[in-house]
Amino acid sequence: MAGFGIGQAVLRGEDRRFITGKGRYVDDVRLPHMLHAAVVYSSHAHGLIRSIDTHEAKQAPGVVAVLTGQDALADGLGGLPPYFMPSDMGGPPGHRTIRPILVTDRVRCVGDRVAVVIAQSAREAREAASLVAIEIAPLAAVTTPAAATTPGAPAVWDECPGNVCFTLEFGNREATDRAFASASLVVALTILNNRISANPIEPRVALGTYDAADDSFILHTSSQNPHGVRHVLAQSVFGLPESRFRVISPDVGGGFGMKADAYPEDALVLWASRRLGRPVKWVSTRSEALMGDNHGRDQISEAELALDDTGRALGLRVRAQQGLGAYVQSAAVAPITYAMRMLPGVYDIPAVHCSNSAVFTNCSPTGPYRGAGRPEACFTLERLMDEAAVLLGLDRVEIRRRNLIPASAMPHTTATGVTYDSGDFAQMMDRCLVLADWDGYDQRTADSESRGLLRGRAVTTYLESAGVFNERMELRFDPEGNVTILAGTHSHGQGHATVFPQLVHEWLGVPYDQIRYLQGDTDKVAFGRGTYAARSSLLGGTALHAAAQSAIAQARTMAAALLDAAETEIDFADGLFSVRGTNRSLAFVDVAKAFFRPMGKPGGLSLGFTVQGTAGGESPNFPNGAHVCEVEVDPETGAIHIDRYAVVDDVGHVLNPMVCEGQIVGGIAQGLGQALIEQVVYDPENGQLLSGSFSDYGMPRATMMPLHIQSELAEIPCKTNPLGVKGVGESGTIGSPATLVNAVLDALRSVGVTDITMPLTPVKVWTAIEQARQTTRDAA
Amino acid sequence: MSREPTSRVEIEVNGQIVAHDVPNRTLLVDFLRDVLDLTGTHTGCDTSQCGACTVHLDGIAIKSCTIFAVQAHDKVVTTIEGLDPDGRHPLQTCFQECHALQCGFCTPGMIMAAASLLNVVPEPDAEDVREALEGNLCRCTGYQPIVEAVLRASKELAQ
Repeated sequence: MAGFGIGQAVLRGEDRRFITGKGRYVDDVRLPHMLHAAVVYSSHAHGLIRSIDTHEAKQAPGVVAVLTGQDALADGLGGLPPYFMPSDMGGPPGHRTIRPILVTDRVRCVGDRVAVVIAQSAREAREAASLVAIEIAPLAAVTTPAAATTPGAPAVWDECPGNVCFTLEFGNREATDRAFASASLVVALTILNNRISANPIEPRVALGTYDAADDSFILHTSSQNPHGVRHVLAQSVFGLPESRFRVISPDVGGGFGMKADAYPEDALVLWASRRLGRPVKWVSTRSEALMGDNHGRDQISEAELALDDTGRALGLRVRAQQGLGAYVQSAAVAPITYAMRMLPGVYDIPAVHCSNSAVFTNCSPTGPYRGAGRPEACFTLERLMDEAAVLLGLDRVEIRRRNLIPASAMPHTTATGVTYDSGDFAQMMDRCLVLADWDGYDQRTADSESRGLLRGRAVTTYLESAGVFNERMELRFDPEGNVTILAGTHSHGQGHATVFPQLVHEWLGVPYDQIRYLQGDTDKVAFGRGTYAARSSLLGGTALHAAAQSAIAQARTMAAALLDAAETEIDFADGLFSVRGTNRSLAFVDVAKAFFRPMGKPGGLSLGFTVQGTAGGESPNFPNGAHVCEVEVDPETGAIHIDRYAVVDDVGHVLNPMVCEGQIVGGIAQGLGQALIEQVVYDPENGQLLSGSFSDYGMPRATMMPLHIQSELAEIPCKTNPLGVKGVGESGTIGSPATLVNAVLDALRSVGVTDITMPLTPVKVWTAIEQARQTTRDAA
Repeated sequence: MSREPTSRVEIEVNGQIVAHDVPNRTLLVDFLRDVLDLTGTHTGCDTSQCGACTVHLDGIAIKSCTIFAVQAHDKVVTTIEGLDPDGRHPLQTCFQECHALQCGFCTPGMIMAAASLLNVVPEPDAEDVREALEGNLCRCTGYQPIVEAVLRASKELAQ
């Protein structure tokens, strides 16, 4: 399978259309007689709607309709529930919100959808939207979990006084209390994990078409999970059979978890199309995206690590709160869970007790964002490790080495009940230290000092839990023996159109260029769950493997008939069926063709050749590794320069190293964005969004990145799936925030700074330095 | 329909003269996408920060969301669709070879910004490339492979 098989750095076939401007994103779809929608958003964070006056907007040029939530209720439309609540999986109860597609009575965040204007052009819709007059009697707003849980805080939902929707608890309280009682050192930190916005460069787009002839809908939407969107819209909003809905997500310009949800606009364009008899398109502006897309993170935690005097961790205790925003949306429960369950990371911590409270605030909802809880867990743990090393006077490499779970201890079950199948965490750290030239640090420090700069470094570890739910893949052959993969997963940058054909080529021997890849259309793909949580290599790959095995089994029967031999005499290897002990053989492709013979049931089997495979029940896998970062901080400006960055990742069996490294480096950049510059900021007084455009929300740019991230892949095969793969999509984003912050703190400790919260903007770093210097002066 | 004033614009786009009456407020990016159906040029923000809409105006990279179509009257515009007749400009091939794109949405703007750089600075170093692309956002790649692709393309073009 030279050149195109498993493990090869096959160049991406999908690139051709992107580099020539022929991508097929939803906004590139133009339908005849298409109308355009603009949504009217609440400008209040919290308040009661007194009136909605649409009169002037309806008179505006080009306007076809202005619809409100009352119209939606009159048409019998429902709202958007979360995909699941803890109580659906045996967890504690919580207030399950239903988000109206248009709010009628009470707005709960800036960006709540209140009305929609449909016009001949996008500009006319937008201009008319500004003419919709909404009178709102303001209520007090809360914007952080801490403020929302202060006694007397206003309730976002009257049904949920105190604003705690639910609290998830893991580990053993008594054992952890005992561990802390016996400890010689307890390290305690208050840790903030900043609220951030996914910001794929393609904003969300929805294009709805209703066909009155058969009462059916087509939605083009920029989604990571088209079948999930179809289910929510059909079941919860329209109350119609799913078979009436076709959801198409063609090329999608990045998602990062944010686009895995169904949004009000998905429903609005379908509903408007049904009312008006024409296709309706809505395109988000960036400002609307920053306001109305689900955000990520937003956690505050009180974290404590108990250690003995040799630096061995005895116990970990974390009390966290995570902001839900105004509604429980999509898989919001996932990050809240992972942020706790993954806290032990790569360390052998005998006793853990942790809880995370999901807290309503008057902000946009949060949901899974690349990493979804694992970055929070990693950040908390690795900050504690560095703090413990400093307090114990222990080398930061050494304290980690003393606590790493040894490879010989696999499988290992953590105190939060997660079982790791494989991993050699010490190897990852050691390789990363070499890759980063950890030992050459002193010389580089001297060089930095000579230029008046503070140098700092950090080594951190990370561990990911990759893959969730089940999945389905289909292989459909044609009369020429070509094969089409119909994927239940959804690639929006991950290279599935290249990597999945590599697998099929390897397993079946079908020439690589005869393999086609299809995704993102619920009328073509029978079912699937989309892509998020680094799940596609495990679940898509395993399902595809099952489909390939099924194809081989059926083709073997056909081959036996064609070769006039018993099935038990037929071997299959390298794409050839052969009769054992003879020179008679047939290529897989030729056997596939035989299923299309014109008479009867070919081979006694069937006309046509289509197989499916399902993955489900496999354990998640646990990608892991180590990061090293070295920074220079200019104490006069607070500017951070990342001088060196190295990473070693255990991704299990590598399917395509080029794609793996792309995921890792891109993920690191996203994590560095969180650590350095990104933050969704609400005015704590009134809940106004202050980071409402790319002029205010800091996005990582080319000049901000390390000049070269050195990346190595380690292949320690996973033992719980047939491919031996571990996920790769989220790894970089999990490890990099803690690495950057620990490195900066290492640089700043020499001037007396001991803590700092993300994002580490120059002004924040400079202020921390100045305050520390002032404290030092005051003490003198 | 629209009652606002319109103007006749004649622009050479990708080697062809096009002439249309458009509302004066029409942005160049919307003219390219909505009137000419050149959908390779993308809109990723509303504050001229992301660079997804980058095209060439008389050979220089501009963000096509920052000017009106009428401002391009009598000028020459090149979009990603017109960069190379066969779609095989060294930047295009090097972006693929270096895995300098994932979701592909920022890619046309990146390539057009890089092409403009190489017109002015044929042999840039990595810092030159990073500076030149600072106005173009990519959320997927971390920029590293993009910088590599531009450097590789500059060497191919120099040969």
